[in-house]
Amino acid sequence: MSNGVIEDSQVIPAAEVEEVELYHAKSFITKWVFCQDAKVIAIQYSVTAIAIGLVGLVLSWLMRLQLGFPDVFSFIDAESYYQYVTMHGMIMVVYLLTALFLGGFGNYLIPLMVGARDMVFPYMNMLSYWIYLLATLILAASFFVPGGPTGAGWTLYPPQSISEGTPGINGGIILMLVSLAFFIIGFTMGGLNYVVTVLQARTRGMTLMRMPLTVWGIFVATILALLAFPALFVAAIMTLFDKLLGTSFFMPEMLVQGELGPHENGSPLLFQHLFWFFGHPEVYIVALPAFGVVSDIISTHARKNIFGYRMMVWAIVAIGGLSFIVWAHHMYVSGMNPYFGFFFATTTLIIAVPTALKLYNWVLTLYKGNIHLTIPMLFCVAFILTFLNGGITGLFLGNVVVDIPLSDTMFVVAHFHMVMGIAPVLVIFAAIYHWFPLMSGRFLNEFWGQVHFWVTFLGTYLIYFPMHYLGFVGVPRRYFEIGETSFIPESAVVLNEFITIMVLIVGVAQIIFIINIIMSIFNGKLAGKNPWNSTTLEWQAETTPPGHGNFGKELPICYRWAYEYSPPGVKADFVPQNLAPDKIK
Amino acid sequence: MVLAVVLVILAVGSVIFHIWSPWWSTEIASNWGSIDNAINITFWITGVAYVVIILFMAYCIYKYRYRADRRADYEPENNKLEWWLTWITAAGVVGLLTPGLLAWNDFVTVPKDALQYEVVGKQWEWNFRLPGKDGKLGTSKVSLITDDNPFGINPKDPNGQDDVLIEGDDLHLPLGVPIKMNLRSLDVLHDFYVPQFRAKMDLVPGMITFFWLTPTRTGSFDILCAELCGVGHHAMRSTVVVDDKTAFNKWLQKQETFATLYPKSAADKKQVAGTSAGPSEVKTVFSTSVTNSSKTIR
Repeated sequence: MSNGVIEDSQVIPAAEVEEVELYHAKSFITKWVFCQDAKVIAIQYSVTAIAIGLVGLVLSWLMRLQLGFPDVFSFIDAESYYQYVTMHGMIMVVYLLTALFLGGFGNYLIPLMVGARDMVFPYMNMLSYWIYLLATLILAASFFVPGGPTGAGWTLYPPQSISEGTPGINGGIILMLVSLAFFIIGFTMGGLNYVVTVLQARTRGMTLMRMPLTVWGIFVATILALLAFPALFVAAIMTLFDKLLGTSFFMPEMLVQGELGPHENGSPLLFQHLFWFFGHPEVYIVALPAFGVVSDIISTHARKNIFGYRMMVWAIVAIGGLSFIVWAHHMYVSGMNPYFGFFFATTTLIIAVPTALKLYNWVLTLYKGNIHLTIPMLFCVAFILTFLNGGITGLFLGNVVVDIPLSDTMFVVAHFHMVMGIAPVLVIFAAIYHWFPLMSGRFLNEFWGQVHFWVTFLGTYLIYFPMHYLGFVGVPRRYFEIGETSFIPESAVVLNEFITIMVLIVGVAQIIFIINIIMSIFNGKLAGKNPWNSTTLEWQAETTPPGHGNFGKELPICYRWAYEYSPPGVKADFVPQNLAPDKIK
Repeated sequence: MVLAVVLVILAVGSVIFHIWSPWWSTEIASNWGSIDNAINITFWITGVAYVVIILFMAYCIYKYRYRADRRADYEPENNKLEWWLTWITAAGVVGLLTPGLLAWNDFVTVPKDALQYEVVGKQWEWNFRLPGKDGKLGTSKVSLITDDNPFGINPKDPNGQDDVLIEGDDLHLPLGVPIKMNLRSLDVLHDFYVPQFRAKMDLVPGMITFFWLTPTRTGSFDILCAELCGVGHHAMRSTVVVDDKTAFNKWLQKQETFATLYPKSAADKKQVAGTSAGPSEVKTVFSTSVTNSSKTIR
């Protein structure tokens, strides 16, 4: 049973559990730099991810300046525009979202939420971060090499990505591919850690079906990542071989600058299959942790158990499994055998069922709740709406024949920003507002939180909702300038200007958010222990923030599921997972 | 309260925007009305779900907002409700998928009598090849490309001799005739995209991809590249003109063939089989062009 108390753990005595051997830091360097504490590593991951994410944000401004006001900014030419597009995409998807959800939230929350002292392999966990940092620095270095970063689009499709006519084919693309390879190596170290920790280091009574959905989401996402990233890894290495060693994995007989090139018989489609075999699970690598986090935050702030916990767990598992057999829905117009369309359209639309059920269950958790509209809750509601919107447009693009006219238009840009850009980022904001008091002992400023929320929520909706309609008109994506056409009305120019202005306004709100974090670390309102009255174990640690080893001398014992909010017959409106049954009032 | 009102405004406002916005699909110019139809069905099914879910969420946020004297309900699961929701969603998915896959079946089934046209993409221009009198395109290879043979047509293939080549000029299509667009790239990926045709497909170097359509409306339409192909991607444009039969044949008469344009390359043939007669369907369409072709074939 998922709900209520399980009989056997009621009889487990609250025995004293000795602290296991941990490498306690002895110097500043081992405490704050080469640290093996998952919580510090989490913060290192988060700061790095947000820092490179800000670069991605600025790139999006530059891109939008060009689209909204072509010919105004002389420093943006076609070459640099395509470089902005490429680097923005790759930074946001891999170096920000993946790193922040798994390296950041995964590291901070998994050990605390399952009642473990730390990750099972702390040293490897530390290496994981430093390799990630190296990967990020290599990526950033590509801005400074001759020719600049690659402008091949974040999908890096050969032959174009390594052929004349594309920016950054000498230094930029090589650094990009090397950086990805390092990222994957670093991630694998962290990812194995997360999976083994969830499987092996849960505290007594913490059965799998009592774990908070945050842990479930990150756990399944990590498994997906461990299985999907190798496809990208080999694709990156094979592209490097084609570029540097003259192999022809992906390079066919083709013209280079009008002359016959050196390659023959390679398959550009093979790269696309490898890329999307990684790329589609990647969507869920970002989405599943977001699903989990949002479930926990909604439940806590609505003071109500998550509705249909078991369904939520199985939906995460089902989505994770299905995500490996839908990849070619990114390739409906790639020229692959068109009969694949039947299969991939069907699997893609089937995945909508468990995804929709999760969304219903979030809304049904609000139903008959006692909803505190705190900042984290506001962001969760914004997430539900944004994700619903992005999920629905996914039903357009997944349904092969509907994808044909919309593919490679602004509709696609609007869709994937809604569903895997804005929606997960809204969850990240919810999570930061929610767990900041645990990490720092202080709240973030409420007023600036409200400003940040309203501008971000409404601003992003106003950016992306009308953008879908540019796609219906037929405006293609990845266009430096649309120039003269016979089918795009004048009014679309005005819409593009509007979108650019909204992007800049939303951008300013993110700067406010960053300032709010920095200011609140020092003078935010003190939060005290467990300020949201949450049931999960991370809030039950002795100190706030939890110390090295997380739980002091005694590990908590888990007596119940993570959603014991407002249970009948109990005075308080929540019962922590580790509260012994005989202590419940 | 504010949030609930904002959610209602967003739901209603989105519907109003959808109905009144000036931005909508171009007027269709091909037989792929079934695609537009599938889009409309998708809009109806998902639109209803979108509005209902948001309004229900707004209701919950208003009705169950925090009050000190209220206590949330405790209901971990409700199997009956969860099954209902599963089946309603599944029914919606079937409703989306059925018209979609039926239309896709048409899309992948090229009519046997379709004319064989070729689109040749290279950075950053569009060229086209029509099959000539025999109705067949000659084989081609990138390594055969020279200044005298920019399409890389195999001179030993008799089918290629009468192929009509269109370099850097508009493509013309006859109205009401199914056409298979064979797509060939000489360098990187491209994508042949005409918004009014609805159909599009990548050009992939090393292979020949395709889609088919029947133009249903005369007029002149933009051809764009829809797959990032380097710094000139946005400038890779051309025009396709859909003509009625008379105008089309008149245009076709003025076009030149591989053999006339590049006699040096075309003559580089070891064996010349007699040009076979094309399918009869093609003849009827090209009724006037046959004389033209015979003039150019010698």
